Amino acid sequence: MGGREATMVLMDENGKRCDGRTVDEPRRIMIKAGGLKNADGSSYIEFGDNKILVGVFGPRDVHPKHMSDTDTGILRVRYHMEPFSVGERKNPAPSRREIEISKVIKEALEPAVMLEKFPRTAVDVFIEVLQADGGTRCAALTAASVALADAGIPMRDMVAAIAAGKVADTVILDVNNEEDQAGQADMPIGYMPNLEKITLLQLDGVLTPEEYKKCVQVGVDGCKLVYELQKKALNDKYFGNKGD
Amino acid sequence: MADKRKYVIPGDVVTTGPFRPEQNTVLDGNKIISTTIGISEIYDDSVRVIPLTGKYIPKINDLVIGKVNSHTSLSWELDINSCYVGFLPAQDVFGRDFSAHADELATKLRTGDLVAARIANFDRTRDPLVSISDRDLGKIDSGVLMEISPSKVPRLIGKKGSMIQMIEEATDAAITIGQNGWVVVSCESPEGLLKAKKAIQMVNEQAHVANLTDQVKEMLDKKGES
Repeated sequence: MGGREATMVLMDENGKRCDGRTVDEPRRIMIKAGGLKNADGSSYIEFGDNKILVGVFGPRDVHPKHMSDTDTGILRVRYHMEPFSVGERKNPAPSRREIEISKVIKEALEPAVMLEKFPRTAVDVFIEVLQADGGTRCAALTAASVALADAGIPMRDMVAAIAAGKVADTVILDVNNEEDQAGQADMPIGYMPNLEKITLLQLDGVLTPEEYKKCVQVGVDGCKLVYELQKKALNDKYFGNKGD
Repeated sequence: MADKRKYVIPGDVVTTGPFRPEQNTVLDGNKIISTTIGISEIYDDSVRVIPLTGKYIPKINDLVIGKVNSHTSLSWELDINSCYVGFLPAQDVFGRDFSAHADELATKLRTGDLVAARIANFDRTRDPLVSISDRDLGKIDSGVLMEISPSKVPRLIGKKGSMIQMIEEATDAAITIGQNGWVVVSCESPEGLLKAKKAIQMVNEQAHVANLTDQVKEMLDKKGES
Protein backbone atom coordinates (compact mmCIF):
# COMPACT_ATOMS: atom_id res chain seq x y z
CA MET A 1 0.00 0.00 0.00
CA GLY A 2 1.09 3.48 -0.94
CA GLY A 3 4.37 4.49 0.65
CA ARG A 4 4.67 1.89 3.39
CA GLU A 5 8.24 0.85 4.27
CA ALA A 6 9.33 -2.16 2.24
CA THR A 7 11.53 -4.19 4.54
CA MET A 8 11.44 -7.37 2.46
CA VAL A 9 12.67 -7.95 -1.08
CA LEU A 10 9.55 -8.19 -3.23
CA MET A 11 11.40 -8.84 -6.45
CA ASP A 12 14.89 -10.22 -6.92
CA GLU A 13 17.34 -9.42 -9.70
CA ASN A 14 16.07 -12.33 -11.83
CA GLY A 15 12.54 -10.90 -11.87
CA LYS A 16 11.28 -13.55 -9.41
CA ARG A 17 8.78 -12.47 -6.76
CA CYS A 18 8.94 -13.15 -3.02
CA ASP A 19 7.11 -16.48 -3.39
CA GLY A 20 9.09 -17.51 -6.48
CA ARG A 21 6.49 -16.60 -9.10
CA THR A 22 7.16 -14.69 -12.32
CA VAL A 23 5.49 -11.30 -12.87
CA ASP A 24 2.45 -12.64 -14.73
CA GLU A 25 2.02 -15.94 -12.93
CA PRO A 26 -1.03 -16.43 -10.69
CA ARG A 27 -0.94 -18.53 -7.55
CA ARG A 28 -2.22 -22.12 -7.58
CA ILE A 29 -6.01 -22.00 -8.00
CA MET A 30 -8.42 -24.85 -7.28
CA ILE A 31 -12.20 -24.42 -7.62
CA LYS A 32 -14.82 -27.00 -6.72
CA ALA A 33 -18.53 -26.60 -7.46
CA GLY A 34 -21.05 -28.02 -5.00
CA GLY A 35 -20.26 -29.59 -1.67
CA LEU A 36 -22.89 -28.10 0.64
CA LYS A 37 -26.03 -30.23 0.78
CA ASN A 38 -28.40 -27.76 2.40
CA ALA A 39 -27.54 -24.81 0.13
CA ASP A 40 -29.17 -24.46 -3.30
CA GLY A 41 -25.73 -23.88 -4.77
CA SER A 42 -22.22 -23.87 -3.35
CA SER A 43 -18.55 -23.76 -4.19
CA TYR A 44 -15.13 -23.95 -2.58
CA ILE A 45 -12.03 -22.17 -3.79
CA GLU A 46 -8.37 -22.38 -2.89
CA PHE A 47 -6.56 -19.38 -4.30
CA GLY A 48 -2.94 -19.69 -3.17
CA ASP A 49 -3.32 -19.87 0.61
CA ASN A 50 -6.84 -18.40 0.57
CA LYS A 51 -9.56 -20.90 1.38
CA ILE A 52 -13.13 -19.74 0.87
CA LEU A 53 -16.50 -21.49 1.05
CA VAL A 54 -19.60 -20.01 -0.61
CA GLY A 55 -23.24 -21.01 -0.20
CA VAL A 56 -26.13 -19.63 -2.27
CA PHE A 57 -29.83 -19.75 -1.40
CA GLY A 58 -32.70 -18.75 -3.56
CA PRO A 59 -34.57 -17.33 -5.23
CA ARG A 60 -36.63 -17.38 -2.06
CA ASP A 61 -39.01 -15.26 0.01
CA VAL A 62 -37.63 -11.97 1.25
CA HIS A 63 -37.50 -11.47 5.01
CA PRO A 64 -37.97 -8.80 6.25
CA LYS A 65 -40.79 -8.25 3.74
CA HIS A 66 -40.18 -4.51 3.31
CA MET A 67 -36.87 -5.21 1.60
CA SER A 68 -38.58 -6.94 -1.31
CA ASP A 69 -38.90 -5.20 -4.67
CA THR A 70 -42.00 -5.68 -6.82
CA ASP A 71 -40.03 -5.03 -10.02
CA THR A 72 -37.10 -7.34 -9.52
CA GLY A 73 -35.43 -9.84 -7.24
CA ILE A 74 -32.73 -8.62 -4.88
CA LEU A 75 -29.23 -9.91 -4.30
CA ARG A 76 -27.87 -10.04 -0.77
CA VAL A 77 -24.23 -10.84 -0.12
CA ARG A 78 -22.50 -11.50 3.18
CA TYR A 79 -18.72 -11.66 3.17
CA HIS A 80 -17.43 -12.93 6.48
CA MET A 81 -14.00 -13.85 7.80
CA GLU A 82 -13.69 -16.62 10.35
CA PRO A 83 -11.96 -15.70 13.63
CA PHE A 84 -9.25 -18.24 12.75
CA SER A 85 -8.76 -17.06 9.16
CA VAL A 86 -5.92 -14.67 10.04
CA GLY A 87 -2.89 -14.76 12.35
CA GLU A 88 -4.38 -12.85 15.24
CA ARG A 89 -7.96 -13.72 16.21
CA LYS A 90 -10.44 -11.67 14.23
CA ASN A 91 -13.56 -10.50 16.02
CA PRO A 92 -16.39 -12.43 14.35
CA ALA A 93 -18.70 -9.39 14.29
CA PRO A 94 -18.94 -7.81 10.83
CA SER A 95 -16.27 -5.12 10.56
CA ARG A 96 -16.33 -1.97 8.44
CA ARG A 97 -14.08 -3.73 5.94
CA GLU A 98 -16.33 -6.80 5.65
CA ILE A 99 -19.44 -4.69 5.13
CA GLU A 100 -17.67 -2.80 2.36
CA ILE A 101 -16.43 -5.96 0.65
CA SER A 102 -19.95 -7.45 0.84
CA LYS A 103 -21.27 -4.40 -0.98
CA VAL A 104 -18.47 -4.42 -3.54
CA ILE A 105 -19.00 -8.12 -4.35
CA LYS A 106 -22.75 -7.63 -4.56
CA GLU A 107 -22.33 -4.83 -7.06
CA ALA A 108 -19.82 -6.86 -9.06
CA LEU A 109 -22.27 -9.77 -9.38
CA GLU A 110 -25.37 -7.72 -10.14
CA PRO A 111 -24.61 -7.05 -13.85
CA ALA A 112 -24.34 -10.81 -14.43
CA VAL A 113 -27.33 -12.09 -12.47
CA MET A 114 -30.75 -11.82 -14.16
CA LEU A 115 -32.84 -11.12 -11.07
CA GLU A 116 -35.58 -9.34 -13.01
CA LYS A 117 -36.97 -12.81 -13.75
CA PHE A 118 -37.88 -13.30 -10.10
CA PRO A 119 -39.70 -10.23 -8.75
CA ARG A 120 -40.38 -10.14 -4.98
CA THR A 121 -37.68 -12.67 -4.18
CA ALA A 122 -34.14 -12.63 -2.83
CA VAL A 123 -30.97 -14.52 -3.67
CA ASP A 124 -28.65 -14.82 -0.69
CA VAL A 125 -24.92 -15.38 -1.08
CA PHE A 126 -22.93 -16.35 2.00
CA ILE A 127 -19.16 -16.14 1.72
CA GLU A 128 -17.05 -17.59 4.51
CA VAL A 129 -13.32 -16.93 4.41
CA LEU A 130 -11.69 -19.88 6.20
CA GLN A 131 -8.12 -18.77 5.58
CA ALA A 132 -6.97 -15.41 4.23
CA ASP A 133 -3.78 -14.53 2.39
CA GLY A 134 -4.40 -11.39 0.34
CA GLY A 135 -6.81 -11.10 -2.56
CA THR A 136 -9.78 -12.63 -0.74
CA ARG A 137 -12.30 -10.35 -2.44
CA CYS A 138 -11.28 -11.58 -5.88
CA ALA A 139 -11.25 -15.21 -4.80
CA ALA A 140 -14.63 -14.73 -3.07
CA LEU A 141 -16.16 -13.11 -6.16
CA THR A 142 -14.87 -15.93 -8.38
CA ALA A 143 -16.29 -18.58 -6.04
CA ALA A 144 -19.60 -16.73 -5.58
CA SER A 145 -20.13 -16.69 -9.33
CA VAL A 146 -19.57 -20.49 -9.51
CA ALA A 147 -21.97 -21.03 -6.59
CA LEU A 148 -24.66 -18.89 -8.28
CA ALA A 149 -24.35 -20.94 -11.47
CA ASP A 150 -24.52 -24.12 -9.37
CA ALA A 151 -27.76 -22.85 -7.80
CA GLY A 152 -29.23 -22.42 -11.28
CA ILE A 153 -29.71 -18.66 -11.00
CA PRO A 154 -29.93 -17.31 -14.59
CA MET A 155 -26.79 -15.37 -15.44
CA ARG A 156 -25.69 -13.46 -18.53
CA ASP A 157 -22.10 -14.51 -17.93
CA MET A 158 -19.77 -15.77 -15.25
CA VAL A 159 -17.71 -13.25 -13.29
CA ALA A 160 -14.02 -14.07 -12.86
CA ALA A 161 -11.76 -11.93 -10.70
CA ILE A 162 -8.08 -11.48 -9.93
CA ALA A 163 -5.89 -8.63 -8.71
CA ALA A 164 -3.18 -6.86 -10.64
CA GLY A 165 -0.70 -4.56 -8.93
CA LYS A 166 2.68 -2.92 -8.82
CA VAL A 167 5.70 -3.89 -6.76
CA ALA A 168 9.28 -2.76 -7.23
CA ASP A 169 8.09 -0.53 -10.12
CA THR A 170 6.86 -3.58 -12.05
CA VAL A 171 3.27 -4.47 -12.97
CA ILE A 172 2.39 -7.91 -11.58
CA LEU A 173 -0.54 -10.33 -11.64
CA ASP A 174 -2.21 -11.79 -8.53
CA VAL A 175 -1.02 -9.74 -5.56
CA ASN A 176 -0.35 -11.84 -2.45
CA ASN A 177 -0.47 -10.71 1.17
CA GLU A 178 3.17 -9.52 1.37
CA GLU A 179 2.93 -7.67 -1.94
CA ASP A 180 -0.34 -6.10 -0.82
CA GLN A 181 1.18 -4.88 2.46
CA ALA A 182 4.48 -3.60 1.08
CA GLY A 183 3.79 -3.09 -2.62
CA GLN A 184 3.05 0.14 -4.45
CA ALA A 185 -0.42 -0.60 -5.87
CA ASP A 186 -3.19 -3.18 -5.75
CA MET A 187 -5.98 -3.35 -8.32
CA PRO A 188 -8.71 -6.01 -7.96
CA ILE A 189 -10.55 -6.62 -11.24
CA GLY A 190 -13.79 -8.49 -11.86
CA TYR A 191 -14.50 -9.36 -15.49
CA MET A 192 -17.21 -11.05 -17.54
CA PRO A 193 -15.12 -12.92 -20.15
CA ASN A 194 -17.78 -13.59 -22.79
CA LEU A 195 -19.39 -10.15 -22.65
CA GLU A 196 -15.94 -8.56 -22.27
CA LYS A 197 -17.12 -6.23 -19.53
CA ILE A 198 -15.48 -5.20 -16.28
CA THR A 199 -17.75 -5.41 -13.22
CA LEU A 200 -15.28 -4.62 -10.46
CA LEU A 201 -12.34 -2.25 -10.53
CA GLN A 202 -10.70 -0.87 -7.42
CA LEU A 203 -7.31 0.73 -7.01
CA ASP A 204 -5.23 1.23 -3.90
CA GLY A 205 -1.96 3.02 -4.65
CA VAL A 206 -0.52 5.33 -7.23
CA LEU A 207 -0.05 4.48 -10.93
CA THR A 208 0.87 6.51 -13.99
CA PRO A 209 -1.67 6.44 -16.83
CA GLU A 210 0.54 3.96 -18.72
CA GLU A 211 0.89 1.69 -15.71
CA TYR A 212 -2.85 1.91 -15.13
CA LYS A 213 -3.60 0.72 -18.66
CA LYS A 214 -1.06 -2.08 -18.35
CA CYS A 215 -2.50 -3.12 -14.96
CA VAL A 216 -6.03 -3.37 -16.38
CA GLN A 217 -4.75 -5.42 -19.33
CA VAL A 218 -2.75 -7.79 -17.10
CA GLY A 219 -5.77 -8.16 -14.80
CA VAL A 220 -8.20 -8.90 -17.63
CA ASP A 221 -5.83 -11.52 -19.05
CA GLY A 222 -5.58 -13.04 -15.57
CA CYS A 223 -9.39 -13.15 -15.29
CA LYS A 224 -9.51 -15.19 -18.48
CA LEU A 225 -7.21 -17.77 -16.85
CA VAL A 226 -9.49 -17.86 -13.77
CA TYR A 227 -12.54 -18.24 -16.02
CA GLU A 228 -11.13 -21.42 -17.54
CA LEU A 229 -10.87 -22.89 -14.04
CA GLN A 230 -14.46 -21.85 -13.20
CA LYS A 231 -15.58 -23.56 -16.37
CA LYS A 232 -13.64 -26.68 -15.45
CA ALA A 233 -15.18 -26.77 -11.96
CA LEU A 234 -18.73 -26.65 -13.38
CA ASN A 235 -17.95 -29.12 -16.16
CA ASP A 236 -16.50 -31.56 -13.61
CA LYS A 237 -19.62 -31.45 -11.49
CA TYR A 238 -22.29 -31.52 -14.18
CA PHE A 239 -20.82 -33.21 -17.22
CA GLY A 240 -18.09 -35.35 -15.64
CA ASN A 241 -15.38 -33.73 -17.80
CA LYS A 242 -17.28 -34.37 -21.01
CA GLY A 243 -17.86 -30.64 -21.52
CA ASP A 244 -15.82 -28.70 -23.99
CA MET B 1 -35.46 -32.89 -34.19
CA ALA B 2 -32.71 -31.45 -32.09
CA ASP B 3 -29.22 -31.64 -33.41
CA LYS B 4 -25.91 -30.29 -32.13
CA ARG B 5 -26.48 -30.93 -28.46
CA LYS B 6 -23.85 -29.22 -26.38
CA TYR B 7 -22.99 -28.86 -22.71
CA VAL B 8 -23.13 -25.19 -21.75
CA ILE B 9 -22.58 -22.99 -18.70
CA PRO B 10 -23.77 -19.38 -18.19
CA GLY B 11 -22.19 -17.04 -20.73
CA ASP B 12 -21.41 -19.71 -23.31
CA VAL B 13 -22.37 -18.81 -26.86
CA VAL B 14 -24.76 -21.54 -28.02
CA THR B 15 -24.89 -20.42 -31.63
CA THR B 16 -24.94 -17.37 -33.85
CA GLY B 17 -27.41 -16.52 -36.54
CA PRO B 18 -31.12 -16.01 -37.05
CA PHE B 19 -32.55 -18.17 -34.27
CA ARG B 20 -35.27 -17.42 -31.77
CA PRO B 21 -33.92 -17.56 -28.19
CA GLU B 22 -36.22 -19.70 -26.04
CA GLN B 23 -35.91 -21.26 -22.60
CA ASN B 24 -32.78 -20.19 -20.69
CA THR B 25 -31.15 -18.24 -23.48
CA VAL B 26 -30.72 -14.55 -24.29
CA LEU B 27 -29.92 -12.76 -27.50
CA ASP B 28 -26.90 -10.45 -27.53
CA GLY B 29 -26.29 -8.91 -30.94
CA ASN B 30 -26.44 -11.99 -33.15
CA LYS B 31 -25.09 -14.33 -30.48
CA ILE B 32 -27.38 -16.57 -28.48
CA ILE B 33 -26.06 -16.97 -24.95
CA SER B 34 -26.94 -19.62 -22.40
CA THR B 35 -27.99 -18.33 -18.98
CA THR B 36 -27.73 -21.57 -17.06
CA ILE B 37 -25.87 -24.86 -16.78
CA GLY B 38 -27.50 -27.32 -19.13
CA ILE B 39 -27.69 -28.99 -22.49
CA SER B 40 -28.34 -26.78 -25.50
CA GLU B 41 -30.63 -27.88 -28.30
CA ILE B 42 -30.85 -26.17 -31.68
CA TYR B 43 -34.11 -26.61 -33.58
CA ASP B 44 -35.00 -25.33 -37.06
CA ASP B 45 -35.58 -21.77 -35.96
CA SER B 46 -35.14 -21.73 -32.20
CA VAL B 47 -32.60 -22.50 -29.50
CA ARG B 48 -33.16 -23.66 -25.96
CA VAL B 49 -31.13 -24.91 -23.02
CA ILE B 50 -32.45 -27.75 -20.88
CA PRO B 51 -31.38 -26.82 -17.35
CA LEU B 52 -29.57 -29.28 -15.11
CA THR B 53 -30.06 -27.30 -11.91
CA GLY B 54 -32.32 -24.68 -10.41
CA LYS B 55 -35.53 -24.16 -8.52
CA TYR B 56 -39.03 -24.66 -9.86
CA ILE B 57 -40.47 -21.60 -11.58
CA PRO B 58 -44.26 -21.84 -12.10
CA LYS B 59 -45.52 -22.00 -15.67
CA ILE B 60 -49.16 -21.78 -16.78
CA ASN B 61 -50.77 -25.22 -17.23
CA ASP B 62 -48.14 -27.08 -15.22
CA LEU B 63 -49.41 -29.89 -13.03
CA VAL B 64 -47.95 -29.44 -9.54
CA ILE B 65 -48.28 -31.15 -6.18
CA GLY B 66 -49.01 -28.61 -3.45
CA LYS B 67 -49.09 -28.82 0.31
CA VAL B 68 -51.63 -26.67 2.15
CA ASN B 69 -49.78 -24.11 4.22
CA SER B 70 -52.64 -22.11 5.68
CA HIS B 71 -55.92 -20.58 4.71
CA THR B 72 -57.86 -17.36 5.10
CA SER B 73 -61.65 -17.16 4.89
CA LEU B 74 -61.42 -16.84 1.09
CA SER B 75 -58.49 -18.89 -0.08
CA TRP B 76 -55.82 -21.47 0.65
CA GLU B 77 -52.08 -20.98 0.41
CA LEU B 78 -50.15 -23.89 -1.07
CA ASP B 79 -46.47 -24.64 -0.76
CA ILE B 80 -45.51 -25.61 -4.32
CA ASN B 81 -41.76 -26.04 -3.77
CA SER B 82 -41.01 -22.72 -5.47
CA CYS B 83 -40.05 -19.19 -4.48
CA TYR B 84 -43.73 -18.25 -4.76
CA VAL B 85 -46.73 -19.67 -2.90
CA GLY B 86 -49.68 -21.08 -4.81
CA PHE B 87 -52.97 -19.25 -4.31
CA LEU B 88 -56.09 -21.42 -4.38
CA PRO B 89 -59.34 -19.42 -4.19
CA ALA B 90 -62.26 -20.97 -2.32
CA GLN B 91 -64.65 -20.59 -5.27
CA ASP B 92 -62.56 -23.13 -7.09
CA VAL B 93 -63.44 -25.80 -4.53
CA PHE B 94 -66.91 -24.79 -3.33
CA GLY B 95 -68.25 -23.57 -6.67
CA ARG B 96 -69.72 -20.23 -7.58
CA ASP B 97 -72.21 -20.10 -4.70
CA PHE B 98 -69.38 -19.97 -2.19
CA SER B 99 -70.15 -17.77 0.77
CA ALA B 100 -67.50 -16.76 3.24
CA HIS B 101 -70.06 -16.90 6.07
CA ALA B 102 -71.64 -20.27 5.37
CA ASP B 103 -68.70 -22.32 4.16
CA GLU B 104 -65.77 -23.24 6.31
CA LEU B 105 -62.61 -23.88 4.29
CA ALA B 106 -61.17 -26.34 6.79
CA THR B 107 -63.94 -28.82 5.96
CA LYS B 108 -62.50 -29.36 2.49
CA LEU B 109 -58.73 -28.94 2.83
CA ARG B 110 -56.72 -28.77 6.02
CA THR B 111 -53.20 -27.60 6.68
CA GLY B 112 -50.77 -30.31 5.60
CA ASP B 113 -53.07 -31.87 3.00
CA LEU B 114 -51.58 -32.63 -0.40
CA VAL B 115 -53.35 -31.57 -3.57
CA ALA B 116 -52.72 -32.14 -7.23
CA ALA B 117 -53.27 -28.76 -8.87
CA ARG B 118 -52.75 -26.96 -12.12
CA ILE B 119 -51.19 -23.52 -12.46
CA ALA B 120 -54.13 -21.51 -13.83
CA ASN B 121 -52.45 -18.16 -14.10
CA PHE B 122 -49.08 -16.69 -13.32
CA ASP B 123 -47.40 -13.44 -14.18
CA ARG B 124 -44.61 -11.53 -12.56
CA THR B 125 -46.93 -9.16 -10.68
CA ARG B 126 -48.78 -11.73 -8.55
CA ASP B 127 -48.35 -15.11 -6.93
CA PRO B 128 -49.41 -18.06 -9.08
CA LEU B 129 -53.11 -18.84 -9.13
CA VAL B 130 -53.78 -22.58 -8.96
CA SER B 131 -56.89 -24.54 -9.74
CA ILE B 132 -58.07 -28.01 -8.73
CA SER B 133 -61.30 -28.06 -10.70
CA ASP B 134 -60.44 -30.57 -13.37
CA ARG B 135 -60.31 -34.30 -13.84
CA ASP B 136 -57.49 -36.01 -11.89
CA LEU B 137 -56.94 -32.89 -9.80
CA GLY B 138 -57.82 -32.29 -6.18
CA LYS B 139 -56.95 -33.65 -2.77
CA ILE B 140 -54.60 -36.62 -2.66
CA ASP B 141 -55.91 -39.13 -0.11
CA SER B 142 -53.19 -41.74 -0.10
CA GLY B 143 -49.64 -42.29 -1.21
CA VAL B 144 -46.09 -41.41 -0.35
CA LEU B 145 -44.57 -38.02 -1.15
CA MET B 146 -41.12 -38.00 -2.71
CA GLU B 147 -38.98 -35.01 -3.58
CA ILE B 148 -36.80 -34.96 -6.67
CA SER B 149 -34.93 -32.11 -8.30
CA PRO B 150 -37.39 -30.13 -10.51
CA SER B 151 -34.83 -30.13 -13.34
CA LYS B 152 -35.00 -33.92 -13.45
CA VAL B 153 -38.80 -34.16 -13.86
CA PRO B 154 -38.62 -34.46 -17.68
CA ARG B 155 -36.20 -37.38 -17.27
CA LEU B 156 -38.58 -39.17 -14.90
CA ILE B 157 -41.43 -38.78 -17.38
CA GLY B 158 -39.25 -39.85 -20.29
CA LYS B 159 -39.95 -39.51 -23.99
CA LYS B 160 -43.76 -39.49 -24.38
CA GLY B 161 -44.05 -40.81 -20.84
CA SER B 162 -41.98 -43.94 -21.54
CA MET B 163 -40.05 -43.99 -18.29
CA ILE B 164 -43.00 -43.43 -15.98
CA GLN B 165 -45.20 -45.87 -17.88
CA MET B 166 -42.57 -48.53 -17.52
CA ILE B 167 -42.24 -48.00 -13.76
CA GLU B 168 -46.01 -48.00 -13.33
CA GLU B 169 -46.46 -51.19 -15.31
CA ALA B 170 -43.68 -53.03 -13.50
CA THR B 171 -44.86 -52.11 -10.02
CA ASP B 172 -48.63 -51.60 -10.35
CA ALA B 173 -48.16 -48.24 -8.65
CA ALA B 174 -50.01 -45.04 -9.45
CA ILE B 175 -47.52 -42.22 -9.74
CA THR B 176 -48.44 -38.54 -9.91
CA ILE B 177 -45.58 -36.30 -10.98
CA GLY B 178 -45.72 -32.60 -10.25
CA GLN B 179 -43.60 -30.36 -12.46
CA ASN B 180 -42.35 -28.82 -9.21
CA GLY B 181 -40.39 -31.96 -8.36
CA TRP B 182 -42.85 -33.46 -5.92
CA VAL B 183 -44.01 -36.96 -6.74
CA VAL B 184 -46.77 -38.96 -5.07
CA VAL B 185 -46.53 -42.74 -5.29
CA SER B 186 -49.38 -44.98 -4.21
CA CYS B 187 -49.51 -48.72 -4.52
CA GLU B 188 -51.54 -51.58 -3.13
CA SER B 189 -48.60 -53.84 -2.42
CA PRO B 190 -45.72 -52.72 -0.17
CA GLU B 191 -43.13 -54.37 -2.44
CA GLY B 192 -44.41 -52.47 -5.46
CA LEU B 193 -44.26 -49.23 -3.50
CA LEU B 194 -40.68 -49.86 -2.44
CA LYS B 195 -39.64 -50.75 -5.96
CA ALA B 196 -41.32 -47.70 -7.48
CA LYS B 197 -39.67 -45.47 -4.88
CA LYS B 198 -36.30 -47.01 -5.63
CA ALA B 199 -36.78 -46.50 -9.36
CA ILE B 200 -37.68 -42.83 -8.88
CA GLN B 201 -34.68 -42.35 -6.61
CA MET B 202 -32.51 -43.95 -9.26
CA VAL B 203 -33.74 -41.56 -11.96
CA ASN B 204 -33.16 -38.61 -9.63
CA GLU B 205 -29.58 -39.61 -8.88
CA GLN B 206 -28.53 -40.82 -12.31
CA ALA B 207 -30.46 -38.50 -14.60
CA HIS B 208 -27.35 -37.84 -16.70
CA VAL B 209 -26.75 -41.52 -17.58
CA ALA B 210 -27.41 -42.29 -21.24
CA ASN B 211 -29.36 -45.57 -21.28
CA LEU B 212 -31.13 -45.02 -17.97
CA THR B 213 -34.42 -46.57 -19.13
CA ASP B 214 -32.71 -49.92 -19.69
CA GLN B 215 -30.95 -49.78 -16.34
CA VAL B 216 -34.16 -48.96 -14.49
CA LYS B 217 -35.91 -51.78 -16.33
CA GLU B 218 -33.15 -54.15 -15.33
CA MET B 219 -33.45 -53.12 -11.71
CA LEU B 220 -37.23 -53.54 -11.76
CA ASP B 221 -37.06 -56.98 -13.37
CA LYS B 222 -34.33 -58.26 -11.10
CA LYS B 223 -36.16 -57.32 -7.93
CA GLY B 224 -39.30 -59.03 -9.15
CA GLU B 225 -37.64 -62.45 -9.30
CA SER B 226 -36.01 -62.47 -5.92
